[in-house]
Amino acid sequence: MNEMIRSLENKPGLSTVGGIDCDLHPASPATKTLLPYLEEYWRETFVMRGVDRLSLAMTSSPSRAPINVRSDWKAESGFAGDTLEAVRTQALDPFGTRLAICNVLHGSMIMHSDDMAAALCGAVNEWLAREWLDREPRLRGSIIVSAQNSDLAVAEIEKRAADHRFVQVLILAQNDEPLGRRRYWPIYEAAARNKLPLCIHAGGSNRHAPTATGWPSYFVESYVAQASIFESQLLSLVAEGVFHKVPDLKVVFAESGFTWLPSFFWRADKTWRGVRAETPWLTEQPSDIVKRHVRFTLHPVDAPDQDALARTLEHIDCDDILLFSTDYPHAQFDGLNALPAAFGETLAKKILIDNPLATYPRIAADFQKEVAK
Amino acid sequence: MNQAVLEKEKNAEAKLGIVDCDIHPAFGTPNELAKFLPQRWRDHLADYGQRSANPLVGTLPYPRMTPGNGMRRDAWPPNGGPPASDLAYLQEQLLDPLGIEYGILQPLAAGSSTLNQDLGAAMCAAVNDWQLDKWTGPEPRLKASISVAQEDAAAAIAEIEARIGDRSFVQIAIPPRTIEPAGRRRYWPIYEAAEHYDMPIGMHSAAFGWHTNSGAGWLNFYIEEHYAFSHSLQSVVTSMVFEGVFERFPKLKLIVVEGGFAWAAPLMWRLDKQWERMRSEVPHVKRPPSEYIRENVWFTTQPIEEPENNRHLLDTLRWVGADRLMFSTDYPHWDFDDPRYAFKVPLSPTERQQIFRENAKQVYRLP
Repeated sequence: MNEMIRSLENKPGLSTVGGIDCDLHPASPATKTLLPYLEEYWRETFVMRGVDRLSLAMTSSPSRAPINVRSDWKAESGFAGDTLEAVRTQALDPFGTRLAICNVLHGSMIMHSDDMAAALCGAVNEWLAREWLDREPRLRGSIIVSAQNSDLAVAEIEKRAADHRFVQVLILAQNDEPLGRRRYWPIYEAAARNKLPLCIHAGGSNRHAPTATGWPSYFVESYVAQASIFESQLLSLVAEGVFHKVPDLKVVFAESGFTWLPSFFWRADKTWRGVRAETPWLTEQPSDIVKRHVRFTLHPVDAPDQDALARTLEHIDCDDILLFSTDYPHAQFDGLNALPAAFGETLAKKILIDNPLATYPRIAADFQKEVAK
Repeated sequence: MNQAVLEKEKNAEAKLGIVDCDIHPAFGTPNELAKFLPQRWRDHLADYGQRSANPLVGTLPYPRMTPGNGMRRDAWPPNGGPPASDLAYLQEQLLDPLGIEYGILQPLAAGSSTLNQDLGAAMCAAVNDWQLDKWTGPEPRLKASISVAQEDAAAAIAEIEARIGDRSFVQIAIPPRTIEPAGRRRYWPIYEAAEHYDMPIGMHSAAFGWHTNSGAGWLNFYIEEHYAFSHSLQSVVTSMVFEGVFERFPKLKLIVVEGGFAWAAPLMWRLDKQWERMRSEVPHVKRPPSEYIRENVWFTTQPIEEPENNRHLLDTLRWVGADRLMFSTDYPHWDFDDPRYAFKVPLSPTERQQIFRENAKQVYRLP
């Protein structure tokens, strides 16, 4: 039975050496760790209110759930990826990773207070720069922001953009409203202005149920439901005309899965043909817009076997769309089998290197500088 | 148009009648249901209206692209009234020319989503009487759905038991967007009754619900709402599997209606993978989710997904299984699927029989 489900790994994965890992998760920092990176007001009030003793881990991403901690990567603490040493020896060295983008999943992005959220996001970004990026040249960062207040998010983006080790802006999949809504557009304009893709990562605020049928009992259900949330976000971004308004914007869906893309294309394109009078600014079918503007990190690969994966890739019919990721330390595959054989060597190279370079201008600039040397 | 038929009818079996699993009967006048309602509820409706968790009274919050809440423009009966409100015209436009041997009525009167639960139960009972009176009585090709107000399980079961002796009814209709996810235990008495009486549960895409219409929040456009209908159905399947409904009621039949079906393959893949990872959270789920789905769940086909390369749909058919699919038109809605043109890929005679006829005949126990 398990054999059937895991047969995607019945062949050894392809080599990942020299690849750019577009979704790697250093453990979410303890709040106390962030105190030195907060402004004085927040430092004082956090201690006064006992916030420094709260974990601020998100229900959408329980740190010790089996999907979030691969058992052979789990430290004695029960967490994984909580030291630079662990990331080096478990995630960077074994895969031969050339560069990895750190996506810190932290409750700062979903605090109800706009100001507290912004202060915490700023502290996490500073912590990432000082504790990780300064110490390991193979690491790159994502600027985390809280999407709920676009003024504050834009300020953080502009402040952090000067540091070119930050290569994208990171928000979560579930927010107050669908992400195509105009309240979020200033964030997209700021990202594009600074040549930063917008990364939308699984997880979210839980301010409304993660499904249209209410609150699921189990975490596994809400994890499965992330794919539907991503589909809604994808159609929202397309239908609202975000890519028409901000033509330079690149969006990266992280930990969204991608094997649902064919059915998305088939349904969205067909429905668009029927109701396109509703969104007259959309002069192309949704799949064409997605293929040009949206990228997907590799994991999770939700396919049961090599054949289903190969057929799905043919259905997607776009070699530019996937970006290599390990999703470290999440449990998406065994051993070093991060890149299933079905991709083949040619597409593997695109996923590992070419597609990330085409997506992240700042990483591409680094590569060019190295070549010039 | 006549050249669009890729799948030619080559043999005698193909001439057998079709079962259409999704036909929407309509009221000829706004008050047509009144004669089936007690006076108390007629007065209540006149004074307070039929309130649901929906901002507008008596209309959909996302206007459709054609009049009458998204009707086919050619479906307005010549004798007046809205589309699918006139039996003679429904026979003339749908049943007769398309060779429909059985048509399953999916009334959308939304008693199930009415906030006042007693009113909801009364509306469901009235809709059930109305189906017999206006549709299945005069036209035996049509089969009815037992509408129930599922949030009050006791009232729902009373309604099921009141109707169960009449084989004009072939399924129990519950909307997918319930107060709690469909697998939660408050609904189990209904599933127990459905299994006991061997009546499938039909869950038809719904514009009404108690929560945001997507996990991403309230959507802006109809194109988004239309897409999200398929997500509610995915949530239903996910919830029923992980709550252990099919483990507890192994003979229960679930039909998800008007959501398409191409998503079913990647959903099963994702469910299986995550079940394997997080079995410790759901120890009552003994088998991979896809196994329950392949035994207990059927999908109606409309709105059929249309790949740019038609043949890609053959992979979907292989992954989902022709034994899981049941053809539906969604008459008289704008995105109607015509049985002659819906499948733009060649089906084997066996697949064609399964999808257009045999699966539905078995699931609904049609003669």
